[in-house]
Parts: sequence; C-alpha cells; structure tokens
Amino acid sequence: MKTLLSCTINAEEHTVLVDPRDTLLELLRERIGLTGSKEGCGNGNCGTCTVLLDGAVVNACLVLALEVAGREVVTIEGVACAGELHPIQSALIETGGTQCGFCTPGIVLAAKALLDVNSAPSEDEIRQAIAGNLCRCTGYGKIVDAIATAATRMRGD
Amino acid sequence: MRNFIYLAPPSIEDAIGELRRGRARALAGGTDLLPQLREGRRNADRIVDLKRIAELVAIRALPQGGVAIGAALSATSVARHPLISARYPAIAAAARLLGSVQVQNRASLGGNVCNAAPSADVVPALICHEADAEIAGAGGRRHTPLEQLFAGPGRTVLQADEVLTTLCLAAVPPRSATTYLRFTPRREMDIAIAGVAVRIDLAEDRAIALARIALASVAPTPLRATSAERLLQGNKLDRELALAAAGAAANDDARPISDTRASADYRRSLVEVLTRRGLAACAHTLDIALDLR
Repeated sequence: MKTLLSCTINAEEHTVLVDPRDTLLELLRERIGLTGSKEGCGNGNCGTCTVLLDGAVVNACLVLALEVAGREVVTIEGVACAGELHPIQSALIETGGTQCGFCTPGIVLAAKALLDVNSAPSEDEIRQAIAGNLCRCTGYGKIVDAIATAATRMRGD
Repeated sequence: MRNFIYLAPPSIEDAIGELRRGRARALAGGTDLLPQLREGRRNADRIVDLKRIAELVAIRALPQGGVAIGAALSATSVARHPLISARYPAIAAAARLLGSVQVQNRASLGGNVCNAAPSADVVPALICHEADAEIAGAGGRRHTPLEQLFAGPGRTVLQADEVLTTLCLAAVPPRSATTYLRFTPRREMDIAIAGVAVRIDLAEDRAIALARIALASVAPTPLRATSAERLLQGNKLDRELALAAAGAAANDDARPISDTRASADYRRSLVEVLTRRGLAACAHTLDIALDLR
C-alpha cells in the first residue's frame, strides 16, 4: 500500500507517494527524478549512492524512503549553488579526479561532509572519509589531491 | 522484495505489540537488515522501526557510575558522545571500525549485537566493560550478560517479540585500561579475521584486580577468554605472565575454524599476537614497563 511521505530534498519540500519497500535511493531516482545518485552494489559497500541526511553521509540504498519523513536530504544536484560549482567539484575537474564519473557524486558528498566539519583534513583523514566510496577506475590519488586542494581554497589560504 | 508495511511506534510497548503480529522484524540502522530483505535472506510482512523510541536512541549515566547505551543509536553518535569517548575509549574506537562513515552514521550497536556475527567489532569491547543487555518483551524486562546473548552465527537468545533496548556498561574504576585490536587484510571496510579486546584493572598494590579478554571471529559466537583471564587475575603483569596469557587465549580459549578468509591455525596465531599487543597497550596506559618484543 502506497503511503504519502513529506521531506526536504535540496532545500525543496516534497510530498510524494512511496511504496514502503522503496529505498531513499529509489525515492530520489524514480519518484523525484534526481538521477545523480547512482546505484552500484545495492548493499552499502560501494558508496556511489551517498547522500547527506540531516548533514550526515548515508548510503541511500540502505535507508527506507519512509525513514526520512520530515528530514532533510541533500543530493549531488543540491551541491552547486546558483549555477556555481562547489569548490570540491571544481577541484575534481581541474585535477582529473574523475574518470568514468560513476563514483563522483558519492565522492563529492563524502568530501563535503568531511570539509563541513574539518576545514584542514590530513591525507589520512581524507582517505578515511572516502573509504566507503569505491572508484573502479582507481583514480584515488587525484581524488585525494582534489579534496585537499578544495580544502585549501575553502580556507582561503 | 516481499511486500511489507512500515511502522515507527513511539514506545517500546507499542513496538513489542507490533512485533507479536505476523512476521515482523525490528529495524534500527538497517545496514544489515535491508540487504538481507532485498536478497531474500530474511522475510518480513511488517518492519518495526525502533528509532522513534526515546530510550533506544539515548545515552544516559547510570546511578552506580555506569552508562546505558540505547540499542538503536548510531555508531557515530555513540563514538562522539562525551561519556563514551571519555570513559570507554575502546568502545568509541570499535564503533569507528563498523564499515564506512556512511555505515557508522546508520548502524547501531544493538544491531551489531543482534546480527550476532562472530566478527562483530563492537562486541568484544562491550563484553570487557561487563555489558549487560536489557531485553524488553511482552512479560516485561529481563537482563542478561552480553556474552550469554549469542546462540550461534546469526542467532541470539532473543524471542521474535523481544527487543534489545539498552547495553548497560559497568562503571570504570581508577587504574583501568581497555583496548580492542583486530586484524583485517585491508585497512578499512573489512571483516576481522580475529579480534581481541583486553581490559586490565589494577588494585592499589598494582596486582591485577580484574582481567577480561574477549575474542571475535574465532568461535561460533563472540567469546570470553576465561583461561587467559584466570592466569592474569590477582597477579602482577610482567613479560612471562603476558606471554602465558596470550598463549592460553590462543590455544585454550579460541576455537577457530578454517574458511575462505583464513585458516584456523592463522587465526590462532593472530589471537596470540593480538592478546600480547592488547596487554602491552593496557600496560602502557597503566604505566607498567612491559617489553614484549
């Protein structure tokens, strides 16, 4: 039986009919049409469905849609501000920190969650923060460089 | 996935009432349950979300000096809580080993316990802190020492209509040190081949007043290393004693099997090494000179 669900997605109020079995990822991709969050493994290992739930990174494939009632979700579509890329996104482009691009939305949100609470992370802290995001092109070196570059720019050093 | 209804009751009594009707499963973080449902390894016609029940998502200090951890609270919330990071750093560290940051933000300690994986990372440190599991059911509440909650891989002694509500930790006395060490082939995002938590409390004369050692991944359930504990109890921690206790944990207490991830012999060797290192770490915290190299 479908149920009415209200939540905030990228600063917009949404009220949608969902199946109780829908995951947050299915809500985003299939009910709302936000396809930036990807499905990789579907069991919480790859991190390509990473979104922010009340500011904390979660795997959208491991959250039921009905669990987010009244809560705030940020997806990759909500990261750029008024057409201006987030510094993490710009740095990924500049350093070549994206190859096929499939893991990139999840990486951006994992990095954003880190930089939101730690403006000067060490390389270890960066690697720890994206340990739950697999890149099958194995571009980790450039991804880590990009996050460090973005952190420096956001601090204004 | 089979069709189910989703409920998020506000009280433990309501949750138990729902769990008694039909094929129900309790939901905390969902990081294990959702893949199990999707892959058909578990089936349910009602999912009972426990996260709206206040006592299950709270941490409170107990009158005798201990701490009660709500079973559905996320690993991140537990690790960050000042009562846990100050008094129970081994539990905070173990909570930060549960999968990725994404998983830690959802996964609960109660879920890690109730999934009953022999490798569950938070369990050995909880056992060393004498965790007492409070279980709510239709007949009221009961308590059991955490190590007696496990019945086998993936199985606990909980009935279908019972809920693990809180994990109550004992007060930490002065001159006490606890550590959890595990071995994984990869540094992150991996399952322990062996894990060892060690707790040492010293009496005023510096003899061991309490020794607790708990093992992961080397038996069908998490396990107390009681032979090693008996060797340590009442004695002064020195090189010979530490080596004997590590040997006892590996050879007398651990009951490992060989599987795709490691052989039984390798696991036994790891228990010896990790127990030794755990004792060395506790000795360091307690200002005991102990050279185990």
